[in-house]
Amino acid sequence: MSANAIALWYLLASVLFILALKGLSHPLTARRGNRFGIFGMAIAVVVTLAVTNRVELAIGALAIGGIVGYVVAKRVEMTQMPELVAGMHSLVGLAAVLIAMAVVSNPAAFGIPAPIPTANRVELFLGTFVGMMTFSGSIIAFGKLAGLGKQFRLFSSAPIVFTGQQPLNLVMALAMAALGVGFVIAAPGAEWTPFLLMTLLAFVLGILIIIPIGGADMPVVISMLNSYSGWAASGIGFSLNNPLLIVAGSLVGSSGAILSYIMCKAMNRSFFSVILGGFGAAEGAATGTAEQKAVRSGSPDDVAFLLGNAESVIIVPGYGLAVARAQHAVKEMAQKLIAKGVTVRYAIHPVAGRMPGHMNVLLAEAEVPYDQVFEMEDINSDFGISDIAFVLGANDVVNPLAEEKGSPIYGMPILEAHKARTVLVNKRSMASGYAGIDNPLFYMDKTMMVFGDAKKVVEDIVKAIE
Amino acid sequence: MHGVVVDPIITNLTVFVLAIFVGYHVVWTVTPALHTPLMSVTNAISSVIVVGAILASGPGPINRGSLLGALAVALVAINTFGGFMVTERMLEMFKKKEPARKEDGVKK
Repeated sequence: MSANAIALWYLLASVLFILALKGLSHPLTARRGNRFGIFGMAIAVVVTLAVTNRVELAIGALAIGGIVGYVVAKRVEMTQMPELVAGMHSLVGLAAVLIAMAVVSNPAAFGIPAPIPTANRVELFLGTFVGMMTFSGSIIAFGKLAGLGKQFRLFSSAPIVFTGQQPLNLVMALAMAALGVGFVIAAPGAEWTPFLLMTLLAFVLGILIIIPIGGADMPVVISMLNSYSGWAASGIGFSLNNPLLIVAGSLVGSSGAILSYIMCKAMNRSFFSVILGGFGAAEGAATGTAEQKAVRSGSPDDVAFLLGNAESVIIVPGYGLAVARAQHAVKEMAQKLIAKGVTVRYAIHPVAGRMPGHMNVLLAEAEVPYDQVFEMEDINSDFGISDIAFVLGANDVVNPLAEEKGSPIYGMPILEAHKARTVLVNKRSMASGYAGIDNPLFYMDKTMMVFGDAKKVVEDIVKAIE
Repeated sequence: MHGVVVDPIITNLTVFVLAIFVGYHVVWTVTPALHTPLMSVTNAISSVIVVGAILASGPGPINRGSLLGALAVALVAINTFGGFMVTERMLEMFKKKEPARKEDGVKK
């Protein structure tokens, strides 16, 4: 196959990747989009195998990885998606580093002249540095998301901060830049020392930049690492003069960057404050005062009665709902209410889950039709004309303090559940949310609390609805 | 300019910048409900780095470079297969269950 033919096949694969993303603009076209993506990937792999001298090594490795991927994709629970995605980011990062090492080791295999030219070295440096930080950072993110904090302190979901953290990171970044220069100007044969030191430093730095970020900010982190993994792929594409890698990498890089932006906006945090970390360190500090104020609480039977007599109900699901595995019970409840003529809709806050769009997937898994599920900006104006807002396992995202100047979460966009005629809230206890802030919604006259495990409570409500 | 060959790095940069623009505009059209599948599919797409890994694994004689390449192929193939499959599994869940009532629920 000529170089031109290969380039044209790669162009086709690039277009298919773009179509794969475009398909996700609507649930109806999304699966076709995914097929485009698979098709593009198949073209890329087959064409590359066709021009490789020794294919048995690659095919064997593809088979091993493919089997592992197959098993993981089949077995993973939808609540574990954030961990899975973080784990996969780390693999892309590590692969980028390994490829860069292979290039340094044997540049001729990639058509790069023997003393590697300066431009290629700069690209290799960038690809390795970003790849390695993606690798180690994603491992920390994986540990945090998988709740491995008890086994290993670095995985703690509480932010890890120490004095001199930022200066240390800065010093390390500067040292890395210095080693990068060392690698670029190194004499042939002397490249390895600066290269390996730089890789090691990037590994440590990747860990250091993720540990100070608290559990509540994980949706931003995971989007950010998504972006990094794309840039790493692009960087390797530059070193190999491979436009397919560059295109695919930039698609992924910009996608992750946009998701990070959306998540930051949804939490009203600046990207920098998330990166610098420490948020949620004072978790639970503001709880004490809450207990004295009176709340009105009711039984599942009371809730069933109210729901059954309502005309319109908006359900606000939070991550607590997913933790309790109550999605199926909620869907059953909604079905019963719909059968009685009640309008039931779901309102999703962008950070309702542990990663962008997580709650939508969890509801889809419970077979909630997607046309009952609404994004925040589409449904917020309807709370005021709804009979009931039923908050299940959500807290900060419905906290009306966000509209009051001076509160720590002022400015964060919220679901305006407090505007509904009646507000029902299910929680395990009166503990405050991730942000550690009390929620006045719970003390409003029109609010009724139903305490208990979400699944148990909703199942009782289902039984009580006639 | 005529007769002068453009450095490949410039061509690469052109591709890179234009692809970022395409990515930016395409990703904004993705419905927020599908942001998780977006992440898993971009994950699968970034595993196209497997192309570089395959090249690294197969220049001829087996040496340090080709073994590093093979290791990279094995690692990233987990994404190539797993990423698309798990996306497919999720999108399967978004499939319409009952045919009645359409469009009104979903924005764009």
